Amino acid sequence: MEIRLEGITKRFPGRSKKSQGETTAVRDLTVQVPDGTLVGLLGPSGCGKSTTLNMICGLEAPTEGRIFFGDEDVTDLPPELRGVGMVFQNYALYPHLTVLQNILFPLENLKGEQRPSKEEMRRRAVETAALVQIEELLDRKPRELSGGQQQRVAIARALVKTPRVLLLDEPLSNLDARLRLQTREEICRIQKKTGITTIFVTHDQEEAMSISDRIVVMKEGVLMQRGLPQQVYDDPANLFVAKFLGLPPINVFQGRIQGGWLCLEGTPVLPAPGVADQEVWAGVRPEGFLLREDGPLVCALDRVEVLGRDVSAVCAHPACQSGQVRVILDPDCRMESGRKMVNFALRPDKVFLFRREDGVRIPLPEAGP
Amino acid sequence: MNRNETKAWLYLLPATLLLAAFLVYPLIDVLIYSVEEGYNFTSQTYWGVGGYNYLYVLHDPYFLQALKNTLILVAITVPVSTCLALAISTALSSIRPLRQLFQTVYFLPYVTNTLAVGLVFMALFQKTEYTDGLVNLLINWFGGQSVDFIDGPYWAKMFVLCFYTVWTVMPFKILVLTSALASVNPDYYRAARVDGTSRTRIFFRITLPLIAPMIVYLVITGFIGAFKAYSDAVALFGTDLNAAGMNTIVGYVYDMLYGDSGGYPSYASAAAIILFVIVLTITCINLLVSRRQLEN
Amino acid sequence: MKRNMDSHVLSREAGRRRRVRLAVTYCALGIWAVMVLFPFYWMVLTSFKSYSAYNAEHIPVLFTLAPTLENYWQVFTAVPLGRYLLNTLIFAVITTGIMVAVSTLAAYGFARLEFRGKNLVFALFLSMMMIPSELVVITNFVTITNLDLRNSFTGLILPSITSVFYIYLLKESFEQVPDELYRAARVDGTSDLKYLWKVMIPICRPTIVTVTILKLIECWNSYVWPRLITDDQAYFLVSNGIQEIRENGFGRENIPAMMAAVVVISVPLILLFLAFRNKIMEGVSRGGIKG
Repeated sequence: MEIRLEGITKRFPGRSKKSQGETTAVRDLTVQVPDGTLVGLLGPSGCGKSTTLNMICGLEAPTEGRIFFGDEDVTDLPPELRGVGMVFQNYALYPHLTVLQNILFPLENLKGEQRPSKEEMRRRAVETAALVQIEELLDRKPRELSGGQQQRVAIARALVKTPRVLLLDEPLSNLDARLRLQTREEICRIQKKTGITTIFVTHDQEEAMSISDRIVVMKEGVLMQRGLPQQVYDDPANLFVAKFLGLPPINVFQGRIQGGWLCLEGTPVLPAPGVADQEVWAGVRPEGFLLREDGPLVCALDRVEVLGRDVSAVCAHPACQSGQVRVILDPDCRMESGRKMVNFALRPDKVFLFRREDGVRIPLPEAGP
Repeated sequence: MNRNETKAWLYLLPATLLLAAFLVYPLIDVLIYSVEEGYNFTSQTYWGVGGYNYLYVLHDPYFLQALKNTLILVAITVPVSTCLALAISTALSSIRPLRQLFQTVYFLPYVTNTLAVGLVFMALFQKTEYTDGLVNLLINWFGGQSVDFIDGPYWAKMFVLCFYTVWTVMPFKILVLTSALASVNPDYYRAARVDGTSRTRIFFRITLPLIAPMIVYLVITGFIGAFKAYSDAVALFGTDLNAAGMNTIVGYVYDMLYGDSGGYPSYASAAAIILFVIVLTITCINLLVSRRQLEN
Repeated sequence: MKRNMDSHVLSREAGRRRRVRLAVTYCALGIWAVMVLFPFYWMVLTSFKSYSAYNAEHIPVLFTLAPTLENYWQVFTAVPLGRYLLNTLIFAVITTGIMVAVSTLAAYGFARLEFRGKNLVFALFLSMMMIPSELVVITNFVTITNLDLRNSFTGLILPSITSVFYIYLLKESFEQVPDELYRAARVDGTSDLKYLWKVMIPICRPTIVTVTILKLIECWNSYVWPRLITDDQAYFLVSNGIQEIRENGFGRENIPAMMAAVVVISVPLILLFLAFRNKIMEGVSRGGIKG
């Protein structure tokens, strides 16, 4: 089921009596989610992603704009008529019901012709439980389960009525690091197997990048960028997206364009032909540094961390915004110990220029055609 | 004992002394009183030890009347007040504007003097030679006959007593249930809404089981409180409850102890212990039943 | 597009049902509010009616055009209501004061000091909460009578001081204060008593205020014990006073004067409640017992 949000805006009335007026949680959001994909809604906390999810679900009504499932306008439909399944951040499993009763719960709500027979309900519940691999836990109470198992029960409960859309609110945030890795693959597997259009909300870019078919990055209720994970990573639309995606994070330098060159602290480091002279932010991905004896970028070497797969060097450069430059190098390159200064050349495809005043990306002309 | 321990005991000393003198010693003493036969209050002598006091109390028609009254009161007020409080708290938690105001108003009976406000109820229900009273006016409007609720037939008096008791216990129950309802994680309701659960089903399948421990608590305290009813009755019918036929077990205990019919601490003790045993038994049954219910 | 039409109808239907339900809810809540408030209204109203006017109303009237303060004058002259109020005030203030002091000391002992058998003693204290007052009142009555303390404030106050529940409440609150403060105070050479007075009590003031107010209400409304222990009107508290007024005061039929007395008795508590609404309701919901 394709989902389209068209110009969605959500305003909340001021919470306290003191701050009269409204807060805008989501502003003019237009997003299209293709049928059968797994989409990650990504942003820092308070960026309106959970509100967006609630609006898709029907728990909250948008102030403006329309929501479509396929051709159907569902904006005014209550949640139960939308055919959505939702997994809550804390799973919201009913503590007094067993796993089986929890999974059966949505089916027992169905009325009239839609209501399956007792045996049919049980069959479907067990089938869904098998899909998420919790068949042997059916008689337990939620409090007897681990976090990961509870998560699976919650997913099973959301899937049992074969929803058109599956929504997950921060599905991994309550799990420990090891389970997180396992569960995200599990979510990916279940989504591929069922083919249900799935939207999940997360503030963890790695989570979103690793399993999503598409990601949607939001900030303060405004859409920043959307697209394939790799594409967004390689071609960030603005400084916020560039900083938000990628681990280790991108290195941001205060720079200046002068005579078609990017200058850091007055030293030209990279040609930027066709870009007008101006103050810029220059973002360099950690993997965008090449160790060259004659490289134009000179950094003071702080320390080298050997992580096995690759080598990470921590350096200092006066123009760097955070004071620390983190560089990922090829493990083959030999860095003599005891060196005080290192010289780098920059890979043009890993360097992004942003306008100083608003952080919007400055396209490099040669990257265009 | 080192210095610190001595100090700690000094801090506890006043409380311990008071509790020992006015709570622990009386508890033991009341047991002794209840088996001392023919105790004389003025000479403080008795002539034997045995179960006579209990037998006397159990055969005293006043006690039996008090027992009957108390049981009826318990059987009516506990379920009525609990269900009513549940309905009101549920309604209260489903609204937003005016909620604070309603909560404050509903709590008012808790901070009023039972004896004093009982007089207002008496005035409302009483039928005198001047007027039939406001409640009877309402009854007349609906085509009924005037009834004297204060000096009239037994069922009428019992009705007022139950009505007033419910009125006085509601604030506590509404308060407890409202905070229990507020502590239910709203995600449960959101999850249920996404699944299209009807309101009745949400209430009976989610809300009720989740606040069940609080309801059990209210039922048990309600039972205990109703068994100890006394001031409500005094407020409505005056101090001579036996004459009004509206005495309660606690009232019987006090009447035995003091006043025109008083001077028999042994009978009072026996009656008090019988009351205590009844309350204890019912509390245990309550606990057992509710535990089994909660497990399922 | 048929489903679109359906969805509009459905959502309009849902909105209508929601409004109806809300209206019904407010009505029901309103009815109970009237049930609660009406006795108060009736008592204030009646207290302003004159004796003759009240008795002339064969059909009760819900308002009065000739309000009079005569009843209020009467309750302070014809019956010693002022005396009862003063007695109750003395009784409530002294009892509450001593109770708070004793309970604070004990709670501090349990919360902060270390001694052998602390848990056992505390468990014993807690189990005393289950002792019904109806049982112990008999012996207390005999004890106070034998000590010749009937019709005295000492006799009224002594058995009313103990309250295990408030010790428990205060101890819980004291335990919230981090240990570091205590250790820091010990390093500075602060004595326990000074620490309790200068650190614990200020930090835990909200709980102490709650306990004080709850106990004041309890004292103001207490009836059974004062009734047993006083038969001299000079020592009557308001509860007994009102009962006395009802049975022997203005003559049984002077309802307006009785209502004036009821108003005078109720107003202090209602004011106290309105001033400390949140504290009282929070304290009661943590396990209040009607005194």
